[in-house]
Amino acid sequence: MKVTLFATCMVDLFQGNVGKATVEVLERLGCEIDFPEAQTCCGQPAYNSGYVEETKAAMKKMIQAFEHAEYIVCPSGSCAYFFKEYPHVFKDDPVWKPKAQALADKTYEFTQFIVEVLKVKDVGARLNGKATYHTSCHMTRLLGVKEPPMELLKHVKGLEFTELPNKEQCCGFGGTFAVKMPDISEQMVDEKVEHVEETGAEYLVGADAACLMNIGGRINREGKNIKVMHIAEVLNSR
Amino acid sequence: MAMKIGTGEFNDRVGTGIKDSFMRGAVSSAQERFQSRRLSAAEELGNWEDWRSHGEEIRQHVLENLDYYLYQLSENVSKRGGHVFFAQTAEEASEYIKNVVEKKEAKKIVKSKSMVTEEINLNAALEEAGCDVIETDLGEYILQVDDHEPPSHIVVPALHKNRQQIRDVFKEKHGYDKSDEPEELALHAREKLRQEYLNADVGITGCNFAIAETGSVTLVTNEGNADLVMALPKTQITVMGMERLVPTFEEMEVLVSLLTRSAVGQKLTSYITTVTGPKEEGDVDGPEEFHLVVVDNGRSGILGGEFQSVLQCIRCAACVNACPVYRHVGGHSYGSIYSGPIGAVLSPLLGGYDDFKELPYASTLCGACTEACPVKIPLHELLHKHRQVIVEKEGRAPVSEKLLMKAYAFGASSPSLFKFATKIAPTVTSPFTDGDKITKGPGPLKAWTNIRDFPAPNKENFRDWFKNRPKGGAN
Ligand code: SF4
Repeated sequence: MKVTLFATCMVDLFQGNVGKATVEVLERLGCEIDFPEAQTCCGQPAYNSGYVEETKAAMKKMIQAFEHAEYIVCPSGSCAYFFKEYPHVFKDDPVWKPKAQALADKTYEFTQFIVEVLKVKDVGARLNGKATYHTSCHMTRLLGVKEPPMELLKHVKGLEFTELPNKEQCCGFGGTFAVKMPDISEQMVDEKVEHVEETGAEYLVGADAACLMNIGGRINREGKNIKVMHIAEVLNSR
Repeated sequence: MAMKIGTGEFNDRVGTGIKDSFMRGAVSSAQERFQSRRLSAAEELGNWEDWRSHGEEIRQHVLENLDYYLYQLSENVSKRGGHVFFAQTAEEASEYIKNVVEKKEAKKIVKSKSMVTEEINLNAALEEAGCDVIETDLGEYILQVDDHEPPSHIVVPALHKNRQQIRDVFKEKHGYDKSDEPEELALHAREKLRQEYLNADVGITGCNFAIAETGSVTLVTNEGNADLVMALPKTQITVMGMERLVPTFEEMEVLVSLLTRSAVGQKLTSYITTVTGPKEEGDVDGPEEFHLVVVDNGRSGILGGEFQSVLQCIRCAACVNACPVYRHVGGHSYGSIYSGPIGAVLSPLLGGYDDFKELPYASTLCGACTEACPVKIPLHELLHKHRQVIVEKEGRAPVSEKLLMKAYAFGASSPSLFKFATKIAPTVTSPFTDGDKITKGPGPLKAWTNIRDFPAPNKENFRDWFKNRPKGGAN
C-alpha cells in the first residue's frame, strides 16, 4: 500500500526520531512510503492565534503538496485533525473547498491508519516496563480517535499499561497559549506531570509530538526519571 | 455589580488566582464532583447525544424566531395582567425596576439567584434608591454577607470558598459560633432569611426559561428560595435575558432535563417553580403585581452574526466545570461575572474587547467545553473566532506577535524556504542549545524555556535520513 507521510513541522525540525519510527513501523507493515518534499507546516500555530487569512497561503501549499496522495498518514493527532479542518476554512472558496475536502478525506492519524485501514492490532513490538498514556485533546475530542492507540499498546509485549488519572485533561500546551499565558500553562503541565508520577510509570506515551514536547520538557526540567515516548517509537521497539 | 468585576490587569488577577491555594483546592474538587455526576447523569438518561441535538435544535429554532416568540410571550404575560418591559440597555432595565420599587414604596427586597441582574448592576441601583436588598440563594447570600464579593461561577457563585471560609464569614459578620458542617451553615442562613421573606415588599427573580405559549416563567433551584421569593412578596419582578425563552412547556421539559443534569448531575433539581402572571382569584399564593423585564443589553447585536450560537446557552456551567484553565485560575481571574469558557466568549461580546480582550486567549482550544455543552455550542470555535476578530478586524494584536506570525506564515507557504530552515536550524540555534535541548531560549521561546526544556533541532536532517535510509524496513 502506498502511503504519503505528512511528517509535521515538529518532526521535520525537532523530532526526527518520531518520523523515523513512523516510517519504519509502516514499512514493516508493508507500506511503501513517500515523502513530498514540498510539505511545510499545517498552519495551525498562526491559524489558532487568529491569523486566518495569513495562514491560507501555507494551507494551499500543503493541499498541493499532497494532491497526488492516496493515503496521507500523520504521526500527530492534532495536525491530522487540522487537515480535516481545511474544508471548513475554505468553505466559501469554490476552487479550494473541493481540494481541501479531498485532502481531508484521505488523511489519517498514524494509529488510526494502522488499526482502521491496515486492520492490524499487533505490530510485533516489544517494550519491557510500565507505561501510561496521555490522550491528547485534539486527537480524542476533535479528531475522535480514542481506541486505536489503546488497541495497539495492549498488544505490545512486555508492556504493562496503567491509566493516567484525569487522562482527558489538557496538558497546557495549546500552541501559542504556552507562551502567551505561561503561568496558566505551567500550572496545567505541572498537574499533568503529577498525575504521570502518581501512576508510577516508567514511560509516558502519547500520539502527539507537541503535547509530548510540553510534558516531556517539564519532566526533563524537573529531572524526573520518566521516559517520554511517541507511540510510533513504542511500536518500533523490539 | 456590573458585568466587569475586580480591578487590575488580567495577568495580575491570574497571578493572584494561581497563588490562592484555598480557592484552587475548592475549585478542583468541585469540578471533579460536578463532572463525574454530570457524566453519570447523562449516561443514565441514555442517548445523551440525541438529547443534546434536540436541545440544540430547540435553542436554534427559538433564536431564528426570537421576535415571534418574544411577541407571543409579551402578549400572554399582558393577557394575564402582567407588565412587560423591554430594556435595551442595562441602565434602562435597572431604571425601570427602580421605578416600580419606588412606586411601591418598597423598603425590603428579596432576590433569588440571577446572573442577568448582576449584569445590569441592579443591586447597586436599588441600594442607591434606599432599599435593603437580600440575596436568598445560599451562595449569593454568603457573598453578599462577605462585603458583596462577586460570584466566581455562574451556577455556584461561592464555589471558590471552602466551608471553613464560609464559617469564618458568618462568624465575623454574624457572630456565628457553630461548626462548618454544611447543614449547620445552611440552617444559620435559613434562619436569617426566613424573616426577610415575610417582611419583603418586592421579590426579584431571574428566569431559567420563559414559556411563550403561556406567558410563564420557570425557575430551577435546589433550595426552594425562588419559590418563596415568588410566592410571598406582593410584587414580583422577573428579569430575563432576551434569549431565555422556549415555545411551550414541552421544550421547557427537554431543556430542564439537560440543564439539571449538566449543571449538577441531577435528574431534576429539588424545585422547579413556574409562575404565570399575577395571582388570580382562587390562587392561594403568588404576587398581586407581576413585571417581566426583558433585557437586551447587547444581545440583539449578537443575533444574526457569527457568534449567534452563544445565545443558545442555558447557563448550566458544564463548560466551566470542564475547563482546565478555570480549574487553575478560578472565576475571579476572568474579571467578569461570566467566567469560564462561556464567560470568555460572552463577556467580550456584551462588554467589549477593551475590558475583555485577553479572555479568548485564556484557552488551549482543547475542546473540553464544547464536548460538555448540552446545547452543542462550539465554544472553542467561538473563542477562536474572537481571536480572528481581534487580529483581523480590530487590529489589536501586539506588533511583535504580528511580525512573528507573518514570518511564520511566509516560511510555511514557501516549501524551499522551509526546507532550507530544516537544514540550517541546528546551526542557527547552536548558541542556545545545550546537548539535545534548549534551556534558555531567546524571544518568545523564553516564556517556554523559563519552566521547561525545548528540544534542539534534529542533528541529522530527517529529510536526508529518509532519502538515504536502507529501503524496505529496518528489520
Ligand atoms: S455554554 Fe453550554 S455548557 Fe456553558 S453554560 Fe452555556 S449551555 Fe452550559
